[in-house]
Amino acid sequence: MATITAGSTARPAARRAPIPKDRKKIQPMWVVGSIIIVLYAIIPILWILSLSFKSQTTITDGAIIPKHFSWVNYSTIFKTGVFVRPLINSIGIAIISTVIAVLLATLAAYAIARLNFPGKKLVLSAALGIAMFPPISIVGPLFNMWRSLGLYDTWPGLIIPYMTFSLPMAIWILSAFFRQIPWELEQAAAVDGATAFQAFRKVIVPLAAPGVFTSAILVFFFAWNDFVFAITLTSTDRSRPVTAALNFFTGSSQFSQPTGAIAAAAIVVTIPIIIMVLIFQRRIVAGLTSGAVKG
Amino acid sequence: MSEITLKGVSKRFADGTIAVDNVDLDIADGEFVILVGPSGCGKSTLLRMIVGLEDISSGDLTIGGERVNEAGPKDRNLAMVFQNYALYPHLSVRENIAFPLRLAKMDKDKADQLVADAAKTLELTEFLDRKPAALSGGQRQRVAMGRAIVREPNAFLFDEPLSNLDAKLRVQMRTEISRLQKRFGTTTVYVTHDQTEAMTLGDRVAVLRKGIMQQVASPRELYNNPINLFVAGFIGSPSMNFLPAILKGGKLTLPFGEIPLPEEFVSRLGHDEKPVIVGIRPEDFEDAELVEDRDKVRGSSFPARIDVIEWMGSELFAYLPVPKGDGQGQAGLQELARELEQEDLHSDSDESQIVARLDPASRVREGEEAQLWVDTSRLHLFDPETGDSLNYQAQDEPNPTPAPGQSSN
Repeated sequence: MATITAGSTARPAARRAPIPKDRKKIQPMWVVGSIIIVLYAIIPILWILSLSFKSQTTITDGAIIPKHFSWVNYSTIFKTGVFVRPLINSIGIAIISTVIAVLLATLAAYAIARLNFPGKKLVLSAALGIAMFPPISIVGPLFNMWRSLGLYDTWPGLIIPYMTFSLPMAIWILSAFFRQIPWELEQAAAVDGATAFQAFRKVIVPLAAPGVFTSAILVFFFAWNDFVFAITLTSTDRSRPVTAALNFFTGSSQFSQPTGAIAAAAIVVTIPIIIMVLIFQRRIVAGLTSGAVKG
Repeated sequence: MSEITLKGVSKRFADGTIAVDNVDLDIADGEFVILVGPSGCGKSTLLRMIVGLEDISSGDLTIGGERVNEAGPKDRNLAMVFQNYALYPHLSVRENIAFPLRLAKMDKDKADQLVADAAKTLELTEFLDRKPAALSGGQRQRVAMGRAIVREPNAFLFDEPLSNLDAKLRVQMRTEISRLQKRFGTTTVYVTHDQTEAMTLGDRVAVLRKGIMQQVASPRELYNNPINLFVAGFIGSPSMNFLPAILKGGKLTLPFGEIPLPEEFVSRLGHDEKPVIVGIRPEDFEDAELVEDRDKVRGSSFPARIDVIEWMGSELFAYLPVPKGDGQGQAGLQELARELEQEDLHSDSDESQIVARLDPASRVREGEEAQLWVDTSRLHLFDPETGDSLNYQAQDEPNPTPAPGQSSN
């Protein structure tokens, strides 16, 4: 009896010993590093936030905490109309681009992950090549083409280039997700009586949901944050997105800088992104496939 | 419920490999048939052809009298249990089991009732709202079976369903599957590489080798009357001992001595001298001291040096080294051993070993010489060239078994 207990307690102790040692070394480094990175990322945002709450008179005082909070910048941008219409444009264009791009990418990625067709490698490398292409290099030709095609200064005129650049990325992300899903699941669905499309819709898409959401967010970010196409391919409020519109802000008078208004607009513009991330962050957590098949 | 018939079914892959070669198999309604063979013998491919996940290159497959070669898996109404269960991880146990019913657009109340019944049968009721990830291996296995039994399919198909379970659970699930099959009386095709599963579960066992059907017979028949070396070596654990020998004048010259053959062998095989491979099951050996005199006449005794003894209470295994001999068939035996993954570790030495299963009361000692007895009436003799059994007796079975023939190899 005595030998058994001695043996069984000694072993776990010996096994556990080295781990806390390592952890103690690493932890402070992690904490300090994380703090530095978070500060580095968040200070400009805090600065913009602070500016947006300052009135015209205190905007240059350099204080990070405004002396008196004022909503005047926010009420200005929503009253004048130079901001509201571009905001609608941005939301519309980004959402439409995202929906179409994710839909097409899902189908394309599924084909790439599951089918063996000639030119599959070519499609993938071409897609990657397009994603690497600098937008600035095609924006000039596009400007001319869009003018003769009547797409200049329209929503589709922006949706099309956004899709072109975001589709490859979405296809890559999604095909990686599809490849992780065991093929047996579709076969099981087929044996259970599902058509190919039913198997795709009821089994594969739900399982690839984290990938779908990840790519949706990335496409949305791309469309939402774009400036190059937005400034070049639009000329009026009819289709100008908010990123471009910020440039055309004027101060309350001819001689004053629109700093406060731009800051307020910048904050408003980040809100949809924050909302999207908060909604979808749980969905993005992968590992939904665990338990499908024995690993 | 229906019978499944395969007629000359073959599978050629695009790269030219033939995975299944001209297989004939009749599976009667309600029958439990096992497809067994070493890995890569085409048994899983054959199963996947039956279920419709692989195309049939040539031949005919009929289910319930209807040719279904071109029908997709969803139109064949077969239920399959996959090796890795293939549960839908985003659905609860209840939704997993109900999935085929949902696709069949079954009335919700009726579907709920069927799912509840299936869950009760499989003792899954308390787990119905869990996700597969929160289940143990055995429970996942039962969910996969639940998905199969819930919809009264034409047949159940199992693809190595127990190979991911630990040994204890495997035995438990094996009896479970047997019990379910008897209860539902559904035609079942079961693929395994484990000959214990094959022997215990099946009404009939079909042994495949390199895509070619070797023998289809009841487990008892396969064990006692194997058609060739491959079947003889594959079925049985520990497996049959093979020894090269010379047959001459009614006597068999084995590496450990000469033994006279019973009269019925001699009359069948003639008196000419020819090389053969002798197959002796471990249990056909016995400690000569423990054999009663009236039994002794059925066999003959020989002296042997015992190398290792494994005493397991209810049985005793003795290992005896024998010179390998360089006769014909030795190369073939080695290849067979490799194929069956039973190659002994020192295959390059000039000795091989025989396993003998003796009475545990035996007093034989390791490293000492002992007198062993072998039951010569139960010897198997094989042609060293073709591997075919020389004393195979074709039997008329009640089942509609096609004549088990080995095509040219």
